[in-house]
Amino acid sequence: MSPNLANTNNNADARSFSAHEDYVTVLVAGQMLGLPISRVHDVFVASDMTTVPLAPPEIVGLLNLRGRVVTAVSLRRRLGLPDAESNGRRMAVGLEHKGESYGLLVDEVGEVLKLNPDDLQPNPVHLNRRWAGLSGGVHQLQNRLLIIIDVEAVLAFETQLAA
Amino acid sequence: MDDLLREFLTETAEHLDTVDVELVRFEQDPNNQAILSNIFRLVHTIKGTCGFLGLPRLEALAHAAETLMGKFRDGMPVTTPAVSLILATLDRIKEILGELERAGSEPEGTDEDLIHALETMASAEIPEPVNAPAETTGTLTYQVLERPLKPGEVPLDELERAFRETPGPDVSAPAAQAAGASVHQELERPLKPDEISLDELERAFREAPGPEPVAKAKEKPAQKDAGTSQAGAPAASEGGEGGEGALAKVQTIRVNVDTLEHLMTMVSELVLTRNQLLEISRRVDDHGYKVPLQRLSHITAELQEGVMKTRMQPIGNAWQKLPRVVRDLSAELSKKIELVMQGADTELDRQVLEVIKDPLTHMVRNSADHGIEAPHDRKAVGKSERGTIRLNAYHEGGTITIEIADDGRGLNFAAIRRKAVERGIATETEVERMSEAQVAKFIFHPGFSTAQAVTSVSGRGVGMDVVKTNIELIGGTVDIRSEQGRGTTFTIKIPLTLAIVAALIVSSHEQRFAIPQVAVLELVRVAPGSEHVIERINGTPVLRLRERLLPIVPLSKVLGSADDEMADKGFVVVTQVGRQRFGILVDGVFHTEEIVVKPMSSKLRHIQLYSGNTILGDGAVVLIVDPNGLARMVGSGAEDGQFQADAIQETESIAVADTTTMLVFRGGGESLKAVPLSLVTRLEEIDASTIEWVSGRPLVQYRGRLMPLVACDEQLAIKSEGSQALVVFSDESFAMGLAVEEIVDIVEDRLDIELVADRSDLVGSAVIRGRATEVVNVAHYLPLVAEAWMRSSSPSGEKGQSLLLVEGSSFFRDMLTPVLKTAGFHVHTAGTAEEALQLLAQGLSIDVMVTDVNLPGRSGFDLVEALRASPLAKLPVIALTMSHDPNQIDRAHKLQIAELVAKFDRRGLLAALSEMNGTLEVAA
Repeated sequence: MSPNLANTNNNADARSFSAHEDYVTVLVAGQMLGLPISRVHDVFVASDMTTVPLAPPEIVGLLNLRGRVVTAVSLRRRLGLPDAESNGRRMAVGLEHKGESYGLLVDEVGEVLKLNPDDLQPNPVHLNRRWAGLSGGVHQLQNRLLIIIDVEAVLAFETQLAA
Repeated sequence: MDDLLREFLTETAEHLDTVDVELVRFEQDPNNQAILSNIFRLVHTIKGTCGFLGLPRLEALAHAAETLMGKFRDGMPVTTPAVSLILATLDRIKEILGELERAGSEPEGTDEDLIHALETMASAEIPEPVNAPAETTGTLTYQVLERPLKPGEVPLDELERAFRETPGPDVSAPAAQAAGASVHQELERPLKPDEISLDELERAFREAPGPEPVAKAKEKPAQKDAGTSQAGAPAASEGGEGGEGALAKVQTIRVNVDTLEHLMTMVSELVLTRNQLLEISRRVDDHGYKVPLQRLSHITAELQEGVMKTRMQPIGNAWQKLPRVVRDLSAELSKKIELVMQGADTELDRQVLEVIKDPLTHMVRNSADHGIEAPHDRKAVGKSERGTIRLNAYHEGGTITIEIADDGRGLNFAAIRRKAVERGIATETEVERMSEAQVAKFIFHPGFSTAQAVTSVSGRGVGMDVVKTNIELIGGTVDIRSEQGRGTTFTIKIPLTLAIVAALIVSSHEQRFAIPQVAVLELVRVAPGSEHVIERINGTPVLRLRERLLPIVPLSKVLGSADDEMADKGFVVVTQVGRQRFGILVDGVFHTEEIVVKPMSSKLRHIQLYSGNTILGDGAVVLIVDPNGLARMVGSGAEDGQFQADAIQETESIAVADTTTMLVFRGGGESLKAVPLSLVTRLEEIDASTIEWVSGRPLVQYRGRLMPLVACDEQLAIKSEGSQALVVFSDESFAMGLAVEEIVDIVEDRLDIELVADRSDLVGSAVIRGRATEVVNVAHYLPLVAEAWMRSSSPSGEKGQSLLLVEGSSFFRDMLTPVLKTAGFHVHTAGTAEEALQLLAQGLSIDVMVTDVNLPGRSGFDLVEALRASPLAKLPVIALTMSHDPNQIDRAHKLQIAELVAKFDRRGLLAALSEMNGTLEVAA
């Protein structure tokens, strides 16, 4: 991942590049969210998850992705949403954060959108604090809104010290 | 950057580290010529290489330092300022090297300051003219320094000096390269007095320290040293001069760490693949495939060990910087500190080494700063002015223990208590109640420092928490022991390697977990109504294990399912953390597996319970339970004794060789009887009313079968009411209950059978725990229930194969014979290798031989070797051994011994025999 792309969540920086920015769109509880494609390693089906007792609620478990141990984080739980009802195929977006592999569990993975960073608008002021903390802004698409996810923020949740 | 330069950088860095250490040693022991010449040689090598590579700044610095050291060699007193100056020079060299590594070329700048200081010191302080020119130089230099610009005399001595300091091994080396900026000036003028000083020049050359042919010759060993210097330096510093000769002989090559890492990864994967294969072979019973698999398994294990070895480095590498650190600190803090290092050659994985390097340095700094008092304070309390910091490293099982001990003031518990309350970590009442050991642990809290003044050295409160985190990250522990006024000792225990460990796979609530094998002492099956039952004291589960109470922690409870408070079935994994022994209750136990430890995600690292995770042979991710963490989670007040420390004597006694675990019980009479525990399958207490009598023989329904009972002696009547104690002997298809009055104890003792009784029910009598005890002959009872025995004997028995048992001890011979007989073999016995060979020579025809490895006289291996040379070369052999060391395995392999079975592993022997039966049939 190139550093300038990683910074796209930072509006000021992004504006100076007027090139297009690609987003992988995902669906969580009916809401469309976008992840900068530069941060997304792969998309996979999360299966055979090992739950980790005592883990923070956001962490759903660990799974083996081609010999690597991946920490599965629920985007729903991160956003303060209840778990999805039916758990058929769980899709995950593979991310890398500080040298570790994460899988962000989402409801569905959509298409890749090419958007102009100049059109990115700041979060509405009254957006839920939790959401606002994880969002880097909003894109207005023709018939719906796309919330840009700040990957760093999503994976920067506190792990309270058990000691 | 070209390879040559890179090579140079690594090598020089190593050399410099060695020089650092050596210099500090030298300062303390200025008369040690061996150290000096070692330093001298190293610096000289650096200088030579610099010249070769065209690095003028480095060369000039090294040269100037070398010159000063040359003076030491000539008898100049070794002073602290002089050593400091050289150390400063080394630091500068390191700086330049760092820049060189970064940019690929020497940075701009001048080192005139240092070179000048070095030269001044070198020329000014020669106390006594060892030889004429030295004297000349001395006086002349003074002149030069006083009025440097006067023409005539000036160029001459400057010239001489310039030449004297000329470095290169050959005369033709341009002086310009040698002495750097400060010399350049001087070199502009040398031509005028050239002829006059020619002989002086000659002389100067001859006396120049570096370039003699001797030095050249010395360079070879020096270079070899370079390769081994990592290992060599600490060893040499311990062994003094003696160490060096040996070092030079060690052949080494430099291998890129990445290559090793890659190799390691591949081996790890190989281990995993092998495990997968083993997993499959457990399910499939294909013999032809089992043997090569076993071989593959052996080789993999060996390969793994070999690769691990390449990663091992002496801990001295992590200590290398410490003498310098301590020296600088003692100067800075005006304290007198001696650093004693023991066990520097203790090896551990380099990955581990990297992690502990900084914590160790930090702890030593801490000891020097906080621990050791100022000299007058020490004197005031009657200690010697010089404080000591002692580093000690040694192996202990699968871990390495490092102790950092100082003889300073010890922890100020009152201050820590106060500070803990101040910082709101604990309340005043809590603090009051805490033991000193608990209070001491506060120093590991982030931002905790009780130092009165924050010094540049430590006391900023960053550190001890990082130390602890770092050490725990790699599965280690830190303990503090401190005594007011006497000093503080930190004990760090860390695993030897992080990469691969053997682990026991257990399950709790349908989920599998791995427990490192090193932590597992034993496994006990528990179930209500069985031999081992979980009992409760006020709801807290405990297990009676050999007369001791073992605290039980249900894993499921720690994992958060509170409904498991009443769990009482499953397996207890007995583990020991520090001096605490406790049992982890799990639902199921699978097998042991070599696992490749992968670090926990940083998001989960705060959970003390896990030390990492791994991918098992079947591809599942499994969490590794850390018994240390578990103990911490359940026993926060461990030091208060709630979580009782168990006496370790028990384990110790197990470690003593030649002892046998005996089950002691009482029969009809008063005398005690005993039987080796290895022969006993189970101990039972049955309701006597369930005993049935069929045609005058007592039987009991046991595990869905009828089991014949037999009284252990005539005086004992089998009860008809109450409870009846039974000692159960069984094999796969048959069980026999020996009725006894009461089970007394299980003891570990040397078994010396003192007198062989003429009674067939006894092997003899022995003194066990100071009491005369009759040792029961199990074989005696078998005919008593023989009928039933024969009826249900295993199918392998029908073949009636004959077997030769070679066993030195008549006791074990007698014990094993019935076991083998019941397995359907015609058993012949021999007590020695000779006897066995004689029997075979007499035409005894056997199908298989079982021999002890340790026979009186010629060993079992000798016997097999003799056999292999005879017509019986193809005879299948199973060997019994007390210890499974690689040499034995190797030898057994060479001798085509089918299996090496632990001597007391009756089940393993039978399994090996039945497996062999398969091959025998195939062969037939």
